[in-house]
Amino acid sequence: MIGRRPVARRAQDLGFRLVLLACLGLSFLLLGVLLYDVVRDGVGHLDLGFLTSFTSIDADKAGAEAALWGTVWLMGICIVFIVPVGVATAVYLEEFADQSRWWNRLIEVNIQNLASVPSVVYGILGLAFLVRGPLSLGNTVLAGGLTLGLLVLPVVIIAAREAIRAVPPSIREGSLALGATQWQTVWRQVLPAAIPGIATGVILALSRAIGETAPLIVVGAATVITFNPSGLDSQFTALPIQIFDWISRASNDVNDYRPLAAAGILLLMILLLLMNSAAIWLRNRYEQKW
Amino acid sequence: MEAASTTAAGARAVPTLGPARRRWGEQLIKALLVLAALLSVLTTTGIVVALLRETVDFFGSVGVWEFLSQAKWSPLFEPPSFGVRPLVVGTLLTTAVAMVVATPLGLGAAIYLSEYARPGVRRTIKPVLEVLAGVPTIVFGYFALTFFTPEILQGLLGVEVSIFNALAAGIVMGFMIVPTVASVSEDAMSAVPQSLREGAFGLGASRLQVSLRVVFPAALSGIVAGVILGVSRAIGETMIVLIAAGQIASNSLDPRDPHYTLASFIGATAKGDIPTGSIEYKTIFAVGTLLFVLTLVMNLISIRFVRRFRQVYE
Repeated sequence: MIGRRPVARRAQDLGFRLVLLACLGLSFLLLGVLLYDVVRDGVGHLDLGFLTSFTSIDADKAGAEAALWGTVWLMGICIVFIVPVGVATAVYLEEFADQSRWWNRLIEVNIQNLASVPSVVYGILGLAFLVRGPLSLGNTVLAGGLTLGLLVLPVVIIAAREAIRAVPPSIREGSLALGATQWQTVWRQVLPAAIPGIATGVILALSRAIGETAPLIVVGAATVITFNPSGLDSQFTALPIQIFDWISRASNDVNDYRPLAAAGILLLMILLLLMNSAAIWLRNRYEQKW
Repeated sequence: MEAASTTAAGARAVPTLGPARRRWGEQLIKALLVLAALLSVLTTTGIVVALLRETVDFFGSVGVWEFLSQAKWSPLFEPPSFGVRPLVVGTLLTTAVAMVVATPLGLGAAIYLSEYARPGVRRTIKPVLEVLAGVPTIVFGYFALTFFTPEILQGLLGVEVSIFNALAAGIVMGFMIVPTVASVSEDAMSAVPQSLREGAFGLGASRLQVSLRVVFPAALSGIVAGVILGVSRAIGETMIVLIAAGQIASNSLDPRDPHYTLASFIGATAKGDIPTGSIEYKTIFAVGTLLFVLTLVMNLISIRFVRRFRQVYE
């Protein structure tokens, strides 16, 4: 029989489609409520004074200056560390490594696994090797930045590999045929073409690093700090750490720290939004179709 | 010229296609690249060494059997007790709650995106899911404690829970994991060849039947990989649980009670500046080892499953 499907089956199909939409709708609803809740609680506190004063017992005077600058320092250290190391690893795996060798496959599986090691475990690594032990950097902003760098390195490597793989082989072959060495080909042809993809990956990695709290707690970011970092060996706090401190403080009638936490979260989300917009803009502006 | 003198001997009759001379600069650069790649191996080694060194030390003063079998976790009180079971119970409980939320929602989203949504709709939905995935976990923790427990659980649904409870932490964590489950399983479903769908449609199957009886089974290994990856994230999640689930080691199987997990214990204990070599310092590493092993097993299983679906269709 050819014709329209029976009503019962069409109803079933429609019902299933609605269930699927409800799954998505519920997730979006939660995201919406979450954003609404944070904005409602925090928008009253987010002003210039919040950005230019240090944390304090007095909730009305407290701000996030030290935390903001701590985060800026952490991101700076992170970027200086992850860009060269991440890109070099990606170039090695894509352009030089012989994939049939077991050690190269081991490096690949290892990076895949590192991408899903819990962030708090990276904190333990930082505590044992960077803060104490062999490097003994102490509870410094350098140790914190490097710990975050190790944490997001797999993100950069995976994104950079994809960007490098997307450069068509004909570009490499043309370059090699003209007598360029392998490195000249990579440096002058492949990498310039892959820069937009790599930059997007780096921004995404930083936007993961900026919100990480657990590893910084473990490597000993301080909560009550009333000065900005002055150098790599300076003690530090960071936005998520400051937020966590405000959430965990007992509020009373005089001092309510919850709105401070919400304002800190708003600030963090605004930074994230800016970074993600930059990533999307880069992707759309410079993406090459071969 | 040299070439002229060798033609007679015939030694240069077959020209080599290799480089004219060894380029030491190229070799040096390659060595540097290898070094960068080795850093990731070194990171894993570093994690394992850092964890094991202190863990072995820890088991010098606390028996392995005591650690694994005793039902009480109170390392900082006198007399201390080092039974890790309550932390494991808390971890499994919050993970179970999270997966009850994340598995159906994630798979539903994946089926919709892969089988139902038009390309334009996909392009708008996927970035929103990415935003959900990009929200820092501390924000979810704040939301679970200040909104989800009081307004939704206690208010809207009327569940009798204390302000710190594993239920809210688990549910909010589940929403955090939805994008992970959705994106891995959607990749797997999109990799199912179009010809399978066309065959089923040709035989008169509805979209529902194609999704559930053709695409779903064909993509099963990738879907399993996504769910396992979600479990691994739930086990390792620290901040949501630390903020919203309370910090009380408990063997209770009731998610409405406060709970401590492996990860939240590490976060809470490491907060103070604890002296190297003290028993608190060592417990962090012992608990960390357990956490690392649990997530490592999950990740390796997940990687294996992803390989499987790639091998079948690519």
